[in-house]
Amino acid sequence: MAEYHLTTPLSDADVEQLKSGDVVFVSGHIYTARDAAHKRLVETLDAGKPLPFDLKGALIYYVGPSPAPPGRPIGAAGPTTSYRMDTYAPRLHSLGLKGSIGKGKRNDAVKDALREFKAVYLGATGGAGALLSQRITDAKVIAYEDLGPEAIRELTVKDFPLLVINDCHGGELYVKPNLG
Amino acid sequence: MKTIQASDIVEAVAGMCIAANHDLPADVQAAFEACHAAEEAPAAKEIFRQLLENSELSRTTNLPLCQDTGLGVFFVEVGEDVKVEGGSLRQAINDGMIKGYKDGYLRKSSCDPFSRKNTGDNSPAIIHFDIVPGDALKICMMAKGGGSENMSRVTMLAPAQGWKGIKEFVVNRVAEAGPNPCPPTIVGVGIGGNFELAAINSKKALMRPLDDRHPDPEIAKLEDELIEAINNLGIGPMGLGGKTTSLGVKIAVAPCHLASLPLAVNIQCHSARHKEVVF
Ligand code: SF4
Repeated sequence: MAEYHLTTPLSDADVEQLKSGDVVFVSGHIYTARDAAHKRLVETLDAGKPLPFDLKGALIYYVGPSPAPPGRPIGAAGPTTSYRMDTYAPRLHSLGLKGSIGKGKRNDAVKDALREFKAVYLGATGGAGALLSQRITDAKVIAYEDLGPEAIRELTVKDFPLLVINDCHGGELYVKPNLG
Repeated sequence: MKTIQASDIVEAVAGMCIAANHDLPADVQAAFEACHAAEEAPAAKEIFRQLLENSELSRTTNLPLCQDTGLGVFFVEVGEDVKVEGGSLRQAINDGMIKGYKDGYLRKSSCDPFSRKNTGDNSPAIIHFDIVPGDALKICMMAKGGGSENMSRVTMLAPAQGWKGIKEFVVNRVAEAGPNPCPPTIVGVGIGGNFELAAINSKKALMRPLDDRHPDPEIAKLEDELIEAINNLGIGPMGLGGKTTSLGVKIAVAPCHLASLPLAVNIQCHSARHKEVVF
């Protein structure tokens, strides 16, 4: 299994080399969005209006951070469960989103979209919010401030540690449960 | 008759909410260390290394263990000879939770089910009261995350399904949840009672420490059987494969209707955030 250091925005070539099981350290800007923010992003698209950030080459992190304590850019910031964003993800991939970061299984529509639009699903360690927060150097709310923890934030990350769960070639990392 | 000031309850509850979200319980810490040593697959070992580092960071910094600091769930035993002065007990617990989540920079995760608008202060606390003999007030707090709660289920089995049906349902639930609730999880199982009691018992069972043996040796054996079957699934930490899918199974049993076999499975996060205080 290989190890990669990637900087956002990601290109097709960045994504195509990744295989499920690879370790990826991401640096640059990533965008936070979870349930309520995704609903608004799609409503914005339906209304024909521009999105609050450029989807081309972007990575969305499914996270609702805890409030930043004094002296820190952000609070704990581990992944939330990804399946709840499955309804929205294929459309965003079709518009240039290169990957999402979360935890847990994706449905077939998302996996098909990863193949079709050359994108990747990356896993971060669930429940390790204090640890992951250490790799975030800056955070600013760029949209939907009224959503509180669900607002869209632009995070600046340095070597954010991730695992390739679903690659753009149909590979899947999660093990199938052994039901005997 | 013991008199307790509502303001003291507010302070104690606020402190519990903050501590529960920062201090990994000692039994879980010991389990992480043992699993880190026992796992052979590098990915599984690495997850336990990260969880141990996360625990250390949370204890020593102002960051909680997990960003989802949960809804505040309380199990409260009120002695018959306890009087709360200067406010109501329910209000004091709710106010204490609001204060803890605000002062501790914890995430407010409570919202309206339709509009999804955040209530802004994590209220209302979910409180289960029990009246007991004596003059003590015991408040147990659990910070319950959404990801693990979403993977929980209640079902009404037919009595004929018996233990075989119970075991199948619990193991299948963990299998279907797979990587979603951040395994390794802890599994609370409520057997018997009725629809709501099974659910409450499955959550209450999670207050027991991991190394606690069920006092009934027959039930303790069933807990052993379930944890073995669950870990044989091979899902492993974060679903990456390995020996540890769950750290433990805790069963609570209650008598039920002749016609029913109620069963609840409450999945708990690996960090098992809970605290208790006794006045
Ligand atoms: S399920 Fe995972 S992310 Fe959610 S509260 Fe539990 S440990 Fe945190």
